[in-house]
Amino acid sequence: MIGYVLRRLAQAVVVVLGVTVLVFLLEHLIPGSLARAILGPRASQAEIAAFDRANGLDRPLVVQYFTFASHVLHGNLGYSYRLNVSVDSLVVHEMPNDLILVGSALVLAFMIAIPLGVAQAVRRNRALDHAATGVAFLLYSMPSYWLGLLLIGGLAIGVHVFPPEAPQAATPAGVLADPRALVLPIATLTLVNVALFSRYMRSSAVDTLAQDYVRVARSKGLPERAVLVRHVLRNSLVSVVTLVGLSIPAVLTSGLVVEYVFNFPGIGLTYYNAAVNADYPVELGITVVVGLATVLGSLLADLAYAVLDPRVRYG
Amino acid sequence: MAERAEEAARHVPISPAGGIRVLRPASGALNGVSEQPALASPPEVTPPGGVGQSFLAAFAENRLGVAGVLVVAAVSAFCFLGPLVYHTDQVHANILLTNQPPGPGRPLGTDANGFDILGRLMVGGQSALEISFAVAIVATSFGALWGAVSGFAGGVLDAVMMRVVDIAIAVPAIFVLIYLASVFRPTVPLLIVVLSLLAWLGPARLIRGETLSLRTREFVDAVRVAGGRNSRIIGRHIIPNTIGTISVNATFQVADAIILLATLSFLGFGLPPPAASWGGMLSQGTTYLLDGYWWEVYPAGLIVMVTVVAFNFVGDALRDTLDARLRVR
Repeated sequence: MIGYVLRRLAQAVVVVLGVTVLVFLLEHLIPGSLARAILGPRASQAEIAAFDRANGLDRPLVVQYFTFASHVLHGNLGYSYRLNVSVDSLVVHEMPNDLILVGSALVLAFMIAIPLGVAQAVRRNRALDHAATGVAFLLYSMPSYWLGLLLIGGLAIGVHVFPPEAPQAATPAGVLADPRALVLPIATLTLVNVALFSRYMRSSAVDTLAQDYVRVARSKGLPERAVLVRHVLRNSLVSVVTLVGLSIPAVLTSGLVVEYVFNFPGIGLTYYNAAVNADYPVELGITVVVGLATVLGSLLADLAYAVLDPRVRYG
Repeated sequence: MAERAEEAARHVPISPAGGIRVLRPASGALNGVSEQPALASPPEVTPPGGVGQSFLAAFAENRLGVAGVLVVAAVSAFCFLGPLVYHTDQVHANILLTNQPPGPGRPLGTDANGFDILGRLMVGGQSALEISFAVAIVATSFGALWGAVSGFAGGVLDAVMMRVVDIAIAVPAIFVLIYLASVFRPTVPLLIVVLSLLAWLGPARLIRGETLSLRTREFVDAVRVAGGRNSRIIGRHIIPNTIGTISVNATFQVADAIILLATLSFLGFGLPPPAASWGGMLSQGTTYLLDGYWWEVYPAGLIVMVTVVAFNFVGDALRDTLDARLRVR
């Protein structure tokens, strides 16, 4: 087990380093230079040179990379010249709001998708299964903003049940103070994730149901309920855990879109605004954070997999 | 001699996912030095009419798949042939005809710039379909090659190549896309390149997985014994055997690219005006959602959804048809 964990950790470190290289390269793709992008077209050569010197941009690329990597390691993600704040403070400020939105949507999605997937597998090819598959297919085939727009059109404009906009407070307390406004963004994100996870859960449960140990459990007279909970559910969850860990990029992507549609004050919206204003340091800093979150997610998923399934540890 | 052994080896039954190409039993092929001429092997087990026809027959049984193909064909005809019949000006704004509801001469009304919505759906669909098809082809071919080489090589090269994939997958595509679109001005070729750069990772992983099991098969040994080089094994034997996975994946790639592209243009980072795009139409229409201009929002959203659902149906049906295991189950 320890060997597996160490190997997997080493792999994650390599990937994290790779992500920093990737973002570093993205930064240097900016036509002209970062200095020109920040100081504007009227800056003189002397000003550009001064900016480069002050930020170490006149040094060799390799040196620049190591400075950048060391900054990231120390939690320094760069500085937004437009907003006049450091990117890390921006991220720290927005993160709790995102945890509310993405976290509650994920929890809700699990609570719906897991029982739904098992129920579909048990009643395979019956009405419930077909209906759920059909709905999941539709949801899966929509851009997430389209679902958000449909909900706004129906529940905010058609009948005035919920406001069309997310809470407009800057702090987590303020966001939570307006729960009605949270309903539509969280519902959108939840539905998108339910479509994804219930498909995983269904196919995993279908596989599990065909296993010999399920037949044994049934033939020794275990009540169907116990078979489903103790054998089918637990064993199907094992493979779903990994898939969910790997779906973090998809979750973050729909998070960004949902934040844009509902104007939710989170990292995704900050990223969008940065892109509109060509605030490159914010874009790159957030990209690093998102990359780290993805690596962490798949690392945790793999470790959980190893804990749950001994075959992985010794295989 | 070596050539013949290899020729016979190629017809050994195929990958777990591709039961379609069982052309003939591999009698005497495995030792690679058989004295039996290939022509003398037992008669073919392929049903009369050939592999292609039996595949088509199996695919035709999948009603959703056939519906998907029909919808894809209809949407393509709508986008590419439609403008030949239904002429509209999608470049010059007409401020006298803005936000008109559907009526005679404009079946789906006009948008905030006075563009005819029906005509705009056609033009927007052209770039969406062109880019998505190109991305699916480029990304799937490159990814398949990368995965096959990685899986076949094994060892250090495999580890390095797969870490590259891990790294690129770790950064969600939309963030990179938005960043690049904010730095450069998006054009059709640029979008194809960038979307492909982000989309080849999935097929690379899939094909590597299949290659890992394929490379231990006897027909690979047979080619090697017969003197076939690695490039030949990968190009002529491994990749053709993964064609089922490749084609299924390419279909899903089209669907994913359409969604990603529509998302990108919805956020305002797609092709710049005057180019039309489905996502851009939705984004503009959203502004007028509160005014009840439904025709500026729902048709564009609906066509994205219908097209993506259709491609997903086709992909599912292809997988079911090609995957022998699924058919048995």
